[in-house]
Amino acid sequence: MLFKPVQLHIPDGFLSTPVSIIGWVLLVVTVAVALRQTRGQLGERQIPLMGVLAAFIFAAQAINFPVAGGTSGHLLGGALAAIIMGPWAAVLIMTSVVAIQGLIFQDGGLLVMGWNILNMGVLTAFTGYFVYQLMRRLLGEGRNSLLAAGAVGAWLSVMVGALATAIQLGVSGTSPLGVALPAMAGVHALIGLGEAVITVGALTFLYAARRDLLSIGETAPGKASASWVGVGLGIALVVAAFSFAASPDPDGLERVAEDTGFLGRALEPVYNLFPDYTLPFISDPLVSGILAVILGTLIVFGAAFLLARVQGSRKAGA
Amino acid sequence: MLHIDLADHYQRGTSPIHRLDPRVKIVGTLLFILAATLLPPGSWAALAVLFLGSLGVAWQSRLGVTYALKRSFVVLPFALAAVTLPFTVPGATLAQVGAFVISVEGTVRFLSVLVKSWVSVQVALLLAVTTAFPDLLWALRELRVPRPLVSIISFMYRYMFVLADEALRLQRARAARSAQGQDPRRTGGSVLWRGRVAGGLVGNLTLRAFERSERIYNAMLARGFRGELKTLTPPTLTQFDRYALAGWVTFLAMASLIGFVFAR
Amino acid sequence: MHHTIEVQALQFAYPDGHTALRGVDLSIAPGEKVALVGPNGAGKSTLMLHLNGLLQAGAGAVSVCGLSIRAETLGQVRAAVGLVFQDPDDQLFSPTVFEDVAFGPLHMGLAEAEVRARVERALAAVGMGAYAQRVSHHLSVGEKKRIAIATVLSMSPEILVLDEPSAGLDPRARRGLIRLLSELPQTMLVSTHDLRLVAEVFPRTVIMDQGRVVADGPTARLLGDPALLDAHGLEPV
Repeated sequence: MLFKPVQLHIPDGFLSTPVSIIGWVLLVVTVAVALRQTRGQLGERQIPLMGVLAAFIFAAQAINFPVAGGTSGHLLGGALAAIIMGPWAAVLIMTSVVAIQGLIFQDGGLLVMGWNILNMGVLTAFTGYFVYQLMRRLLGEGRNSLLAAGAVGAWLSVMVGALATAIQLGVSGTSPLGVALPAMAGVHALIGLGEAVITVGALTFLYAARRDLLSIGETAPGKASASWVGVGLGIALVVAAFSFAASPDPDGLERVAEDTGFLGRALEPVYNLFPDYTLPFISDPLVSGILAVILGTLIVFGAAFLLARVQGSRKAGA
Repeated sequence: MLHIDLADHYQRGTSPIHRLDPRVKIVGTLLFILAATLLPPGSWAALAVLFLGSLGVAWQSRLGVTYALKRSFVVLPFALAAVTLPFTVPGATLAQVGAFVISVEGTVRFLSVLVKSWVSVQVALLLAVTTAFPDLLWALRELRVPRPLVSIISFMYRYMFVLADEALRLQRARAARSAQGQDPRRTGGSVLWRGRVAGGLVGNLTLRAFERSERIYNAMLARGFRGELKTLTPPTLTQFDRYALAGWVTFLAMASLIGFVFAR
Repeated sequence: MHHTIEVQALQFAYPDGHTALRGVDLSIAPGEKVALVGPNGAGKSTLMLHLNGLLQAGAGAVSVCGLSIRAETLGQVRAAVGLVFQDPDDQLFSPTVFEDVAFGPLHMGLAEAEVRARVERALAAVGMGAYAQRVSHHLSVGEKKRIAIATVLSMSPEILVLDEPSAGLDPRARRGLIRLLSELPQTMLVSTHDLRLVAEVFPRTVIMDQGRVVADGPTARLLGDPALLDAHGLEPV
């Protein structure tokens, strides 16, 4: 249960009314822009192509692979859709997917659907696309660069979606940020690996079978917007880390327990599961958790970067 | 293993709830969830009234009073997200378990979130069960959801089952090939390898989706599509629809009133 | 003489360089029912896409009901030629059967009352009158194939162009389809691998291979020529 991407489908009742309504407003604006942009990109094909690709993501989410102990790896698909089609098209695709899941299958609520779509569709698409494009530019052409960029983009897209979900739960007073952030980050650091592996598998197949498809996303509209979203997320992450570190009362939004000792104990099971995601030398688990996420991100980034470089040069040398 | 609930939940019927205009049902559902979400924590009386309301709808839909009740526990796993509230919200001590203090306020907030979510999903479920999805689509169009988006969702609805079937066939073919290993421990290879194979299926499915969308586009052109999707005008609201909506709104207003009067 | 379909020296190559048609000549008179057979890759589907203006001739000429196919005549051509694709899941792209059958007339710009009347007539013509409100993905292949034909009948076409109508049908559904094709009054060009269907329904047969028409004549004579069939990868009935 814990390792399905289900945690990101927030049901009704878990977000406060103002938070829910802000989500809808943001979504309406985003979808309006996405519709205009993809109409320009795809013309008359927009509707059938977006519709069938949305159906494809829905079906692809059902493909899974067993990991261990009854858990399995799944695809959320926002990053993959954005890498193939560009971020605005991916927004439409994921909006349809999440909307149908809520309307037909009660996967995620209706009043909170704005945020569910933003978390799983918009943030994943833009994060995945931005990271992918950035790494492609840094690593250069070639198969390994493509796969490394896809892996990191997919992993981070899930992380950003999960962290955003945690923040909404925190702001709504449903879960203290100090609990929700590290818990979501920890669990989705693993779930994101499944996302990365499947995304890489799909990109490997497409690179071999129809390389031309992978160039649709390169020329799609939304590069500039993706950069803004990427830069914005980066700044938000840094500001969040610093403000939490600087403030003696780590949560101004909600009355999180003052007793950090309690928090430490409450979080122990989480940390035991993911020992790599805490920094033992920082006593505040909240700050520790956030820093761990940032650090983990940088490490994954760096590792993928190095790997692609090494493999690339080996190939060039051979 | 493919676990999609391939059948949607829609149940044919001729009950008053089935016959109600889908626009009224969508708006009514959203208002219900809004009313539930707005209630202050601990509005047990109001939540009980809302719960009775959802039971009433279930009864009127002739699916059985407990139909939605039995299927509404899908939200429970997510309760994990709020489970720390009794420990983290400061307030009067309800109980002490070892070093953990369970506060009254925290428990009330936790249970409120749970009950709100639970009654909301019952009504959302009744909407899905009593309304054919094509009717929801035109209702969304009439409720000013952008037409191209509704059309995209309509195509998705038509093809998600088709592509899920293709995914199922691909996954079966993979299973048939990988079952040949002699050593049971080695069947299926490493986790990473299994993941890459699953990804390969996704890539394969991507190609099929692109090719299918091209064939569909041709089929649309062949029948006169020129870039703009046309639809027939939907039926108008009946007297019954208007009264039902008015009654429902009154009921929700009363429930909210109870919630805010009895709060604190 | 007015030919319903008139194809002259039609050539076509796909953008990837693959040459699909190398000079096809074909004329079909009003009311004729013609089978189009030949191995996969012979160019049958490519030819069919030209008859509806979905592909534009590389060289040569195509005219339908006296209209040469140009941007200005596309609307008329598509109303005159009912093209039914092989996979009914491509043909039926709307959520409900009604919406699918209504799609053609609606996009021809007809009034709503006329659209509804045409949907009813078209569904009745294929024996699917009770299916209007059904959801397409719940139907059997045989039902989908019939409704696919209804989606073009509602446009009142003069010509039906069908790609592999009997593929994937069980014997009973195939029997029903043969009866339906025999009863429909429209001019027909039907591509198929099902030579027994050809023998039962179509008086005239055209054999294509490697982008050319290699034989054209009475079905009985062509199907009775084992050497000809064998040369083009077809099996005698």
